[in-house]
Formats: sequence, C-alpha cells, structure tokens
Amino acid sequence: MRVSGSALAFSILVGIPLGAVLGLSRFIGRRLLMALLYTGMGFPPVVVGLFVYLLLSRSGPLGALNSAIIPHLFTPGAMIVAQTIIAFPVVAGFTMAAVMGVDPNLRQQVAALGATPIQATWTILAEARIGVVVSIIAGFGSIISEVGAVMLVGGNIENATRVLTTAIVLETSKGNYDLAISLGIILLGISFVINLTMIRLQGKAFD
Amino acid sequence: MDLPAYRLSGVRKAYAGKEVLNVGDLEVHMGEILAVVGPSGAGKSTLLRLLNFLEPAGAGHIEFLGESVGVGHAVSLAMRRQVTTVFQRPVLLNRSVAANVAFGLGLRGRRGRGGAVERALALVGLAEVARQPARTLSGGEAQRVALARALVIEPRVLLLDEPTANLDPYNVGLIESIVRRLNEERHTTAVLVTHNVFQAKRLAHRVALMLGGQIVEIASVKSFFEQPRDPRTQAFLNGELVY
Repeated sequence: MRVSGSALAFSILVGIPLGAVLGLSRFIGRRLLMALLYTGMGFPPVVVGLFVYLLLSRSGPLGALNSAIIPHLFTPGAMIVAQTIIAFPVVAGFTMAAVMGVDPNLRQQVAALGATPIQATWTILAEARIGVVVSIIAGFGSIISEVGAVMLVGGNIENATRVLTTAIVLETSKGNYDLAISLGIILLGISFVINLTMIRLQGKAFD
Repeated sequence: MDLPAYRLSGVRKAYAGKEVLNVGDLEVHMGEILAVVGPSGAGKSTLLRLLNFLEPAGAGHIEFLGESVGVGHAVSLAMRRQVTTVFQRPVLLNRSVAANVAFGLGLRGRRGRGGAVERALALVGLAEVARQPARTLSGGEAQRVALARALVIEPRVLLLDEPTANLDPYNVGLIESIVRRLNEERHTTAVLVTHNVFQAKRLAHRVALMLGGQIVEIASVKSFFEQPRDPRTQAFLNGELVY
C-alpha cells in the first residue's frame, strides 16, 4: 500500500495539473502532448518496467549517476517510479476529458466575477469533480492490480519489495493456491474500500 | 467634472485577421446607464469583454476609473474586480443558489459577512430558494441568480450582455427594475448591450448604436429616439436592415 499510495500521490500531483492545463489552455504542441498522453494511457506496464529497469540499472543513464535522490533498482523507490509513470497519464487524461466537459462559458463568467487564473482553474476542477475523482480511481486501478513492472524493478524481495500482486504470482507458482486466493481477496477488498471512499469524496470534494 | 468610468480611444480588436471592433472615442460617464444597441455581429459583446478586461484590445487605449490601460499592459486584479458582467446565458456552478451568489465574495476572501448573500437574494426575489441546487432553477430564476452574484460584490461598473433575452415579461420587468434600483441607490454605472431598443429607451440615460464594430451614434435617449443625427440610426430604429 505504501508503494501504490505514494505512486498515486505523485500521479495526482503531476496528472491533475497537467490534465487541467491540457484541457483548458491552447498552445503550440498541445495536440502532440495529448497524443503522447493517450499513448501513455495505453502503455503496457511491463514495458514501463523495462524502461525504468534500464534507466535505473547501474549501467543505465540514471543508475550510473549513483545519486542519493535517484532510487536504486530492487527498492520500493524504483517501484514507485514505475507505478507513477503508469498512473499519471491515466490521471491526466481523465482529468483533461473532465475539464473539457465543463461548459466553456463558465471560465469566462468566473473570470468576470474577479477570479485569478488559478481560482478559475480550481473552480473548473471543482465543477468537473466527478470526472477528476474518476481519474484518481482509474489511476489507482492501473497500479493496484499491476504486476509486471513491480516484478521487474522491485524483484519481489521478501520484506522489501514484495507487494500483494507479486506475492500472488509467487504463491501460485509454488502451488499455494489457498494463500494466493486469500491474498487476491485481500487485494480486492482494499481496492473496494478505497474506491468506495473516493466515490463518497465525489460528492464532498472541492465544496 | 466627474471622472468617467471608461474613456476609450482608438480601441480595435480583430479575430483571425478580421476586425470586429474599431471604437474611435467613447466615454462612459460615472453613474449612468449606457445602452449599446445594434444588430447581431456589430461588436457589442466584444466591446463588453474588453470593458471587463476578459480580453486585451488589439490596439488603442482604455482608461478605467482614471487608471490607464494601454495595449500590452495588464489591468491590476484590484481594478478588474471593480467591474463584472451579467451574461445572456448564465452558467451557474453545480452548488446551491446561495453558494453561487457567495462565489464572488469567496474569490475576494469575504464570506458573505453581514448577510450580504441573503440581501442580494432578497433583492432578486429568490430568498426562499437559497438552499436549492442552482441547476434546478428556471431560465429566468437563473438569470436573477446571475444578477445577484454580480451585485453582491458591489461593482462600480455592471456590464449587462443581453440579460433579458429569451426571458418572460415578468422576469424582464424584474431585472430591469433591479438594474434601475442599483443605478439610483448605489449609483452603479451600467453598460447594457441589448437588441431591444424599447428596453434601451426604458432603462438608459444614453444610447449608442454599433454597426460593423463602430459606434455610429451616441446620444441621450431623447435625442437618439426623437432626433437621430445619423440616417443609419433612423433606419435601425425603423427596423430596416443596416449592415
């Protein structure tokens, strides 16, 4: 949960502002960014895992720097990076669609009432809150169930980088079906509770 | 002599190379209601957007409440908050009626102190629906909420862009009486864009005719309707097509 929660938090921090900018602004290169974003939404997680693995490995461009702020392979930090790359295009893409669905005249009318650009953007996000919360749910869904990337960059090390999905894979391969099913039920339960909480937030957020 | 609310000179605006506004000289007097009439596409709404600083002018000079706003110079937030617009088709927030009215106050860090929201709603005759979701209101009620959310922030200048188009006579009368009352009691300056020359005659102190982005004639109500100087004004008043 710490890995997926952190990755989701980073995805929200990057994805919602990015989605709002793409949905509300007009600038050169916007369409290209939108195409890249849509591509990112469909990125196979295992390819993201491979990409992050190559970047962070000791001979990779980031791993070779041996910097304290760059996470090492087979650590939770590397898993958070991979999951953030998987989730933020999803959060940004759904947020963009949500803000584009808000009546375009609202922004002008809010500005006419004296809103600063940031206040106007926040108001639009608040109006699109159902879609914005859906974007977070979708982003969460894309990483909570993900196994390929975290297996590659985390290594499934017990008490270190093992998460529910990789544990299920391991237990299944060992023939421990009862434990694998139990872990699966726990994963589903966590996902259900978090989604239920977010749905409740749809009605309360931003008011 | 009172400072004018606005003084415009050589203000131009073009979209995609096509000029839609070319105002040589225009003064909006403090405390007056100026009606701007003209056919669709004459540039009336563009003029209002420039007066509310929602868009920059392409060329020219605008003086607002004594402060100069040239091309390329952004108007300060404090000045921009002295003016607001009621649009033809109000878009209300997906919140309660009271929250919609309080919105502009919230932007300014004020939260309806001293019952300002309640007073504004009472003025537009909607006190009883304060807690109702705004999007359940009729068109006329929604426009009255839009007027309440504009007047609660006590603007020095109120811009009205066809505020009663498509409304029933009851709501038209109510909105006109509120605008008149604001002008008489608070001395709020108003610029009213309307297709309806009868409304202009009922509400305004002066009337301007816009054609093709230019102000053809501006005069007192009496002169405008009884002794128009420009033959195009006479033609417009006669209902003839003048483009």
